[in-house]
Amino acid sequence: MSSEYRGVDFYAIDDLLTEEQRLVRDTVRDFVSEQVCPIIAEHARAGTFPHDLTPKMGEINVFGANLPEEYGCAGLDNISYGLIMQELERGDSGVRSFASVQGALVMYPIFKFGTEAQKRKWLPQLAKGSAIGCFGLTEPDHGSDPAGMTTRATRKGAGWVVHGNKMWITNGTLADVAVVWAQTEDGIQGFLLEKGMKGFSAPEMKGKLSLRASVTSELVMDHVEVPEENRLPNVKGLKGPLSCLTQARYGIAWGAVGAAQGVFDEAVNYAKSRIQFGKPIASFQLNQRKFADMVTEITKAQLVVWRLGKLKDDGKMTPQQVSLAKRNNVKIALDAARTCREILGANGILDEYTAMRHAANLESVHTYEGTYEIHTLVLGAAVTGIDAYR
Amino acid sequence: MNFVACVKRVPDTASKIRVGPDGRTMDPAGVTYVVNPYDEFAVEECLRLKEKVGGTVTVLTVGPADSSKELRHCLAMGADRAVLVKDDQLQRDPLSTAMALAEALKQIPHDVVFFGKQAVDHDNAQVGLLVATLLDLPAVAEVVKVELGSGTATVQREAEGKIEVFELPVPCVLTAQKGLNEPRYASLKGIMAAKSKKLDELAVAPGEVRIEVLKMEPPSARPEGKIVGEGAAAVPALVKLLREDAKVL
Ligand SMILES: Cc1cc2nc3c(=O)[nH]c(=O)nc-3n(C[C@H](O)[C@H](O)[C@H](O)COP(=O)(O)OP(=O)(O)OC[C@H]3O[C@@H](n4cnc5c(N)ncnc54)[C@H](O)[C@@H]3O)c2cc1C
Repeated sequence: MSSEYRGVDFYAIDDLLTEEQRLVRDTVRDFVSEQVCPIIAEHARAGTFPHDLTPKMGEINVFGANLPEEYGCAGLDNISYGLIMQELERGDSGVRSFASVQGALVMYPIFKFGTEAQKRKWLPQLAKGSAIGCFGLTEPDHGSDPAGMTTRATRKGAGWVVHGNKMWITNGTLADVAVVWAQTEDGIQGFLLEKGMKGFSAPEMKGKLSLRASVTSELVMDHVEVPEENRLPNVKGLKGPLSCLTQARYGIAWGAVGAAQGVFDEAVNYAKSRIQFGKPIASFQLNQRKFADMVTEITKAQLVVWRLGKLKDDGKMTPQQVSLAKRNNVKIALDAARTCREILGANGILDEYTAMRHAANLESVHTYEGTYEIHTLVLGAAVTGIDAYR
Repeated sequence: MNFVACVKRVPDTASKIRVGPDGRTMDPAGVTYVVNPYDEFAVEECLRLKEKVGGTVTVLTVGPADSSKELRHCLAMGADRAVLVKDDQLQRDPLSTAMALAEALKQIPHDVVFFGKQAVDHDNAQVGLLVATLLDLPAVAEVVKVELGSGTATVQREAEGKIEVFELPVPCVLTAQKGLNEPRYASLKGIMAAKSKKLDELAVAPGEVRIEVLKMEPPSARPEGKIVGEGAAAVPALVKLLREDAKVL
């Protein structure tokens, strides 16, 4: 199969990829062209997640694709993993969010901090998409400052009682397993809450104008009894959830490049065929300036994530480097989506085109997983050695 | 059973084709390649037949060294082994390709040899049947269904207004028509597994090229269309033009 869409490659970045990485990229690109693009606008309009995609994505192994094969995952390198996120987000940020949460925020902590029994129980199912996961960190009163969380887990007999509320939880309502972070007498710890546990519910949040093809939920935990075997034993403190976020942000930095390439491709094609004043609107200097700026920013963003992937594969990547990539790439993608919307004129506001949907989606991506401002402060602290937000 | 799918790399449909400076070949700059879509049906069918009756699937191509990417794609779909007959010749005619493939097939065990019905670059639709002739094997072109019996294959092909059913002895040659199946995606695990599968190069003497392309030029620009008006009011004028100018009514 081949798709019409070719992405943007002004700097022959393809030459930096291995044959295997290009195959991964092309496979997911075709999958997105055939399975996501034709149906996604309708789901965004209806405010529904395309459930049919879950087993299909599982079948081609996109979930937790950089985790090892012994747990049912593909065992890919991190650039391949990034390319998967890039292509998924070209389809829709909601679809990429689903995969990010499943892989980086649920499978990763179980793999990294879980017991062998937890890994054997959950990872193969999550990889296949026969089980869905969510990640509960944010609370109604604790967003950028998760250390202040009030959800608590207290010991009761051999197990635990988890009590509190989480908010803005992607996949919450769908999830079979929720990785919930709670205060304990030993600092913050992670627990695996399972669908159907007494006192645990996850109502969907409504009224979103962004990521409409993604489910976002509250987690309500009313004295939920959780057995000790559901505690993630191998991490304590905020570094647990933060290390997951580093994984997810890494994927987001790649994903944003996909969204930017998608809207850019659409706008270039549109501008070459739309005639005003007797000429294609692509011939006007004001539009060409926009394309020149966008192709420059997309190229820079591509090089940033490629290098970041190399660092990650070499075990040298720092969270601050991830902050730079997430902050920059989401910002340039959001700017590109708005600019492309503008180039499409009135058509740009229709959901027949992708620019407005991507622009609206990227508003969430700009805010979640550390807001633009928080990453600015992370970089400021990295440069000056002075924390400005604590 | 030994299944062999013969595949060709072709420019993907989104590639803008330009004529090269020699005026006789395609300019390869900026062209990306994929497995010929009809050949993908052939690979998929071989995989399905293997899943039913057991055996091995080999993919075989005659092409430049870069074809390894397309062969890896087939390995990632699930083929067991790939064979590349390296050929850097820019111009090749169907018979010379078929001769190279037939020579290669003499060294590759085969019960069913599957081709796409045609390659979407040159659209000759000859190679599969030429190979069958060279190897003296029975062949049916453009099949949409295949069932294997003991020592036989029962296949269907769509013909004008009817469906033809054939039985032929194995070994045989089949060419795939659209509708035969829906090719699977290469899974990401499959891509990893493909790394450790064998991609062999086979040196065979290519056949002599006897058809020469003298000239290649882009199609002439289509004359501009005519808009006779809008809505129902335009119908009489349209009918008149269709009758008198186009003479199709
Ligand atoms: C669609 C969606 C899905 C989400 N999915 C998940 C999920 O699956 N799991 C999960 O745990 N969370 C999730 N989140 C939550 C997300 O991570 C938080 O919204 C984010 O961390 C910001 O928190 P907040 O919304 O409470 O904003 P606040 O922290 O209240 O911030 C509001 C504004 O103030 C700024 N600000 C805050 N502190 C500072 C400071 N010190 N200096 C300068 N500026 C500051 C922020 O940058 C922002 O602009 C999701 C959010 C959305 C929108």
